[in-house]
Amino acid sequence: MPPDGPLLEVRDLHAWYGESHILHGLEFDVHAGEVVTLLGRNGAGKTTTLKSIMGIVTRRQGSIRFEGRELIDRPSNRIARLGIAFCPEERGIFASLDVEENLVLPPVVRSGGLPLATIYDLFPNLRERLSSQGTKLSGGEQQMLAIGRILRTGARLLLLDEPTEGLAPVIVQQIGATIRRLKAERFTIVLVEQNFRFAATVADRHYVVEHGRVVDMIPNDALDASKDRLHEYLGV
Amino acid sequence: MTVFGIPTQALFGQLLIGLINGAFYALLSLGLSVIFGLLNIINFSHGAQYMMGAFVAYFALQWAGLGYWWSLLLAPIVVGLIGMTIERTMLKRLYHLDHLYGLLLTFGCALVIEGVFRHEFGSSGLPYTMPAALTGGYNLGFMFLPTYRAWVIVFSLVVCLGTWYVIEQTKLGSYLRAATENPALVQAFGINVPRMITLTYGFGVALAALAGVLAAPIYQVNPLMGSNIIIVVFAIVVIGGMGSIMGSIVTGFGLGMIEGLTKVFYPEASNTVIFVIMALVLLVRPTGLFGRAS
Repeated sequence: MPPDGPLLEVRDLHAWYGESHILHGLEFDVHAGEVVTLLGRNGAGKTTTLKSIMGIVTRRQGSIRFEGRELIDRPSNRIARLGIAFCPEERGIFASLDVEENLVLPPVVRSGGLPLATIYDLFPNLRERLSSQGTKLSGGEQQMLAIGRILRTGARLLLLDEPTEGLAPVIVQQIGATIRRLKAERFTIVLVEQNFRFAATVADRHYVVEHGRVVDMIPNDALDASKDRLHEYLGV
Repeated sequence: MTVFGIPTQALFGQLLIGLINGAFYALLSLGLSVIFGLLNIINFSHGAQYMMGAFVAYFALQWAGLGYWWSLLLAPIVVGLIGMTIERTMLKRLYHLDHLYGLLLTFGCALVIEGVFRHEFGSSGLPYTMPAALTGGYNLGFMFLPTYRAWVIVFSLVVCLGTWYVIEQTKLGSYLRAATENPALVQAFGINVPRMITLTYGFGVALAALAGVLAAPIYQVNPLMGSNIIIVVFAIVVIGGMGSIMGSIVTGFGLGMIEGLTKVFYPEASNTVIFVIMALVLLVRPTGLFGRAS
């Protein structure tokens, strides 16, 4: 990898779900240690972008380079092994596994993951519920479990799909604090968010996605100045 | 001595036969459940694969002089590998389609396999002698217990409970359970799910082959032995609940015994009692006794 090239480089990305063509030449970059959000309306293609990087869409085309390596033809298990982890919007907690089994399910793919003790410090609720069935947790706890389990794998690029959706404000704050802590630990994060007020508290840059393309990039410190533009994009 | 007017000899004798049948039902329905859980395929070749297990034991003895104990090891491996080849070359292409396609393909495979064996070996059955170490029996006072039958029951129980333990209590099993729920996500965590599916199918098929070897000294080696037992086994899987591991084991042994008891108390119904129970269970609990609604 060239020393100052982007960690993740997406070029002319097209993706399909079944027959529907969702992404139409999407492009963006993420540098190591950055927190970047994908903002946009429902159906713009934000979730599909994350799933395309992870290799779990029906078909994709174009180029996705991570640390200089092309991902577009790799199956998702090989992509994960390069050090990328995904936290899906629906959280993906397994009902037939208890909390501890859910937490240690993703295999360690690289050294440098967070130790379990640190994950319990971040999410103390999990420690007390280790033997509960995964899906018996509250929504907030399930989200913590879904994030916590990808932190110990050693993956350095985290793809988080709407981690704050439907959660109480106090839990949203806890997740915000976690993301800032992860940034301090030099994790790189791509975050899909509807709640751009939350996004503004954690991110370095924002990409605006419309109709399967990136149409704008707004650095976080220019967010106030770009508010009208952003409102127009998001229709809020 | 009599119980409810039935001589205890007859009662326990039939219960024992029931337990033996139950041991086969449990092994076979366990394999079907493991396969259905992860692959979503109703493996109609299961009976043919059971029969192939018995034939591997027969060939090993006739051609290579390898006895029963070797066959317990060899048959599951050989038939498991054949199963994995079928999965890689054919079944794999059907996962995105309805259950029905997998059922039709495996049913077709079963017809072809059984047809070939019947063409080569007829349908009268070939003898397979019991290993010397397992001949004879014990007089328990109230009944005579043949050693081989005791062995089948104990061995089957150990294999069934071992399988349950691995699936429900180990890390490997947690991958399997998770992939049953959401294979795409498990693969996105870095697990090679397609390979796990192939190995799981191989394992389920190997269980059938193992049952075939166990059956060889009792029922003879017959190209039709699989199709005789498989319909009952499917009924048991439906009663236990598709995909439930403990459900298959408990219902397998339980229904074997119920069938045995029916032979004592109302012999006319002994061939149909399992299907009557199946109909009742489907009316009251369509997902089966141990099944989870999906």
